[in-house]
Amino acid sequence: MNRPTPSQTVGPFYGYALPFPGGEEIATGGITVHGHVYDGAGDPIPDALLEFWQADPSGSLKGAPGSLRRDPVTGRVVGRHGVDFTGFGRVPTDADGHWTLRTLVPGNGYISVCVFARGLLHHLFTRIYLRHDPFLDTLPAGRARTLLAAEERPGLYRFDIRLQGEGETVFLDFTS
Amino acid sequence: MTLTQADIDREIAELHAVAPKSGHPLRDFAPYRSSVLRHPKQPLVPVKDPEAAELTGPVFGVTDVTPLDADLTRRHVGEPLGERITVEGRILDRDGRPVRGQLVEIWQANASGRYPHQRDDHPAPLDPNFTGVGRCLTDEEGRYKFTTIKPGPYPWRNHRNAWRPAHIHFSVFGTAFTQRLVTQMYFPGDPLFPYDPVLQSVTDPAARDRLVAAYDHDLSVPEWSLGYRWDIVLDGPAATWMEEGR
Ligand SMILES: [Fe+3]
Repeated sequence: MNRPTPSQTVGPFYGYALPFPGGEEIATGGITVHGHVYDGAGDPIPDALLEFWQADPSGSLKGAPGSLRRDPVTGRVVGRHGVDFTGFGRVPTDADGHWTLRTLVPGNGYISVCVFARGLLHHLFTRIYLRHDPFLDTLPAGRARTLLAAEERPGLYRFDIRLQGEGETVFLDFTS
Repeated sequence: MTLTQADIDREIAELHAVAPKSGHPLRDFAPYRSSVLRHPKQPLVPVKDPEAAELTGPVFGVTDVTPLDADLTRRHVGEPLGERITVEGRILDRDGRPVRGQLVEIWQANASGRYPHQRDDHPAPLDPNFTGVGRCLTDEEGRYKFTTIKPGPYPWRNHRNAWRPAHIHFSVFGTAFTQRLVTQMYFPGDPLFPYDPVLQSVTDPAARDRLVAAYDHDLSVPEWSLGYRWDIVLDGPAATWMEEGR
């Protein structure tokens, strides 16, 4: 077995490299999910980067290329037209620690999230559940609600991520 | 009271003496001050579901990159300042299988140790001919290759006289979302290694060594560039592992 390459923090200066126009738009005409990312003092984190991966409405996890598409002639970022469903999104938090994602309801009920930030030496995985799921019943008492998005109005969901402390989000481990 | 390098050195030594030898950094590594409020205190919850969406992952294709994206020295009209280098390596899973057709993204400071980022106020010159962002797709053997310039070390404000060793940030996708990796590649023999809490957050010295590229004379191009080799091994299961019943 090969030994894995260690993770290192994404640092504070990824902003000119990793985010891309349209990264928050997996598809148009569906739902909007938004929220804040908070640290252990309850302060919003303005330099977190969230990545999303999800099934399409039929439950397919095949995805599709094109989420970073650029104009092949000019190399200019042309973003997305909101129709091709690539299943992949990438959103930096803004100065208030806020993020927004536009996508379609995944057929399997949840959106996978990978959290990066300055100060976070190794990324964290969590999930946004849009409806109740038996998996939530297996979580430690009182913590399941941290994975369940709140429907603020039809089609608009709120999901805050707390890295530490009161109401700390459940983070998932796939390696053990 | 100003936090000195000696204070940080002492904290690192104390943690290295007691912490288990981990292959990944501790998320809670106080010498890196930003980690203190940004790591979970509850244990991670293991997921054992063979249907988990995270056992698959985003796919990328030729439309996601252009050939020029892998040459960071040709993105502007003029030549960037600094020592031209090529960095090449393979991306493998833990079984040694190549990760094919997946996206590799890099970003880095310029030769003076400055990022073209508005919040980088290190008083070193910006280089109008160098942005420091690149991407490519791995080939059939899992290989990636970039042409760039050697980044400079830079100061940061973790403590008094804190300097980051020269490094290139890497973002890598595997065949599953569970294999996602963001890390940093360092250059051999950098005298700043022992003073850097970000590198020292990896408590196993053998694992730290895996973050350091090797100078490879065969990769150097005569009259042109110096070559470095750095292979990356992705952690975490892929869907195929589950199919094989592991
Ligand atoms: Fe850096």
